Amino acid sequence: MTHQLKDGGQVLNVGMLARVEGEGGMHIEIRDRQVVDVKLNIFEPPRFYEGFLRGRKYTEPPDITARICGICPVAYQSASTEAMETICGVTTTPEIQDMRRLLYCGEWIESHSLHVFMLHAPDFLGYESVLEMAKDHPDVVKMALRLKKCGNDLMELVGGRAIHPVNVKVGGFYRMPTVTELERLRPALEQGLEDALAAVALVATFDFPEMEQDYTYVSLRHPDWYPLERGTEVVATSGVRFPVAEIPRHVKEFHVEHSNALHAHFDGAPYFVGPLARYTLNFDQLSDRSKEAALRARLGVQCRNPFKSIIVRTVELAYAFEEALRIIDQWQDGHAPSVPVAPVAGEGVGASEAPRGLIWHRYRIDADGVIEDAQIVPPTSQNQASIEADLRLAAEQWVDLDDHSLTHRCEEAIRNYDPCISCATHFLDLRVTRS
Amino acid sequence: MTTATHTHDHDHAEAPARPKLAVWKFASCDGCQLSLLNCEDELLSIAEAVHIAYFPEATRAVVEGPYELSLVEGSITTPEDVKRIHEIRAQSGTLVTIGACATAGGIQALRNWADVDEFRSIVYAHPEYLSTLDTSTPIASHVDVDYELRGCPVDKAQLIEVLAAFLNGRKPRIPSYSVCVECKLKGNVCVPVATGTPCLGPVTQAGCGALCPSYGRGCYGCFGPQDSANTDALTRQLTELGMPDADIVRVYRTFNAGSPEFAAASDKVASRTTEGGTR
Repeated sequence: MTHQLKDGGQVLNVGMLARVEGEGGMHIEIRDRQVVDVKLNIFEPPRFYEGFLRGRKYTEPPDITARICGICPVAYQSASTEAMETICGVTTTPEIQDMRRLLYCGEWIESHSLHVFMLHAPDFLGYESVLEMAKDHPDVVKMALRLKKCGNDLMELVGGRAIHPVNVKVGGFYRMPTVTELERLRPALEQGLEDALAAVALVATFDFPEMEQDYTYVSLRHPDWYPLERGTEVVATSGVRFPVAEIPRHVKEFHVEHSNALHAHFDGAPYFVGPLARYTLNFDQLSDRSKEAALRARLGVQCRNPFKSIIVRTVELAYAFEEALRIIDQWQDGHAPSVPVAPVAGEGVGASEAPRGLIWHRYRIDADGVIEDAQIVPPTSQNQASIEADLRLAAEQWVDLDDHSLTHRCEEAIRNYDPCISCATHFLDLRVTRS
Repeated sequence: MTTATHTHDHDHAEAPARPKLAVWKFASCDGCQLSLLNCEDELLSIAEAVHIAYFPEATRAVVEGPYELSLVEGSITTPEDVKRIHEIRAQSGTLVTIGACATAGGIQALRNWADVDEFRSIVYAHPEYLSTLDTSTPIASHVDVDYELRGCPVDKAQLIEVLAAFLNGRKPRIPSYSVCVECKLKGNVCVPVATGTPCLGPVTQAGCGALCPSYGRGCYGCFGPQDSANTDALTRQLTELGMPDADIVRVYRTFNAGSPEFAAASDKVASRTTEGGTR
């Protein structure tokens, strides 16, 4: 929608940004073809999770923090269990770690399929929604739904439920799935791997706007594998690396007026978390098959075009299927579902790679296990500054487009991040002011 | 009241018009509306049976109201949202609330027992930037609601049942008995009886398929109070199982803390002890 202002300027107004998780708005002001102001407005009602957690038991965060996000509850469950186990000085078994990784594969598969096909692909193929896309591309949409269902089925088996899994606890799980139950998923997972590899090839054929940014990428890193449910250290393209426990020393959160989600800086500057960061910092840890698929899609070992994040997500999708099959292949019955975790007074950090990027939690508990302090930093709030930087660059680069096209391009620049505004908080009201 | 007029689409004059569906969000995690997109096997059929007219998470397209059916997720926590829910009610034929936030205030209802000013300053450096209410309340506290679907999150099959019932002009067939009935139907071993694990199953409405007991864990009340919840008896049993009062208060105060039955049960335990806080 275009409004002519009395002073000759223009306001483009899209009521609400669609196909993102949660609701939010943005404001772009252009004067004399110069972008003078960019704001990602997040005015989702504040939700006081850190406040609610004070006075709760150390065993409760996996259930409570899951409720921050219906799309990536496992990311919250993993970060909170790791933080509590670290504080209490407990190391779980390799089998518990494997099962956590399998559950996390389910979340990546579900979330990436949702974003790639239902939220992001319609931008490249020129549709308002996946339902409209289904009329012309029924096979693609059927494949997407099949992929997504695979992720949900995996989460339902391992977690008990796809949204807000019930089977996760500090120390492990309430119950381990059996070989028989896991084997039942195999045919769908094998089909899923094939579908995911086809998806990589498919999205690689899309037209990508030329845009690159010199982001500081930040991601978890693990010596043995591509980071999902945990990492041993944090690495950045700036060359910095440090143990997970030191995250709070490098990341500082701050509150700006136009957002109910806290912004964050890494060593004093904006940074970028998410699939592009993970991929660029951990390409060497992907499986051979995922690497090949990525290179065939002409991705290169680094990617700095945010529009190409859709290709990276499909590569990670394929990798998650491979990992799920690998874990199921070696699974045996009879492993203890959990280890006991007795409370120890102290403070600690847990981190994982949510589908949208690094998430970390910090807790302080007393000797009885009562939480004294909690800090939860989800990926979308960390990415707010990068999203605003992309909006600025996109608006400058495509300033000659008509209002409708520029508006759409800016929306796409936001959707590249798969922002979860529910996690960070909500309401995007898109406004471009020109004069 | 909205007075938008209907214009007939002559191209489709023969086909009966599909009812328009809108999906709305208030303070929530997105999980209940995601349940609709998680109906992978049914999604395309649903989209044929109803016209998805407003659903920002799924589509950029916006079709103006009025809407024959509105699904509302989330609780009311800001002055702006109090106003917005009235506008939505005015545009909606049938209004169904989905999930614990919309039906009981959700976990955000924990603020009903707390000092919200203190919360603001715990989470946010500049609390003066925020606009928020001291309470989190269900949709039905503000407008008439035609049907409340419970759960944190809602159950997919129950959501489809609500849609099917709406399309066929009948009442949804959703049980209001307890989780215990589902355990018996599944042949689960009773976790409190067999292992002494505290379980909210006896006072919680069915709907999840007795998930937690099936995984060897006590129910934690995602679907809110069943239709004749005897919380006094359950509180007594939890105490007998050795649960301290502060823990009993906490198990009632999670995702359905704002439901009248769970709120009263938690208050009763809190008031008999010096811990646990008061409302």
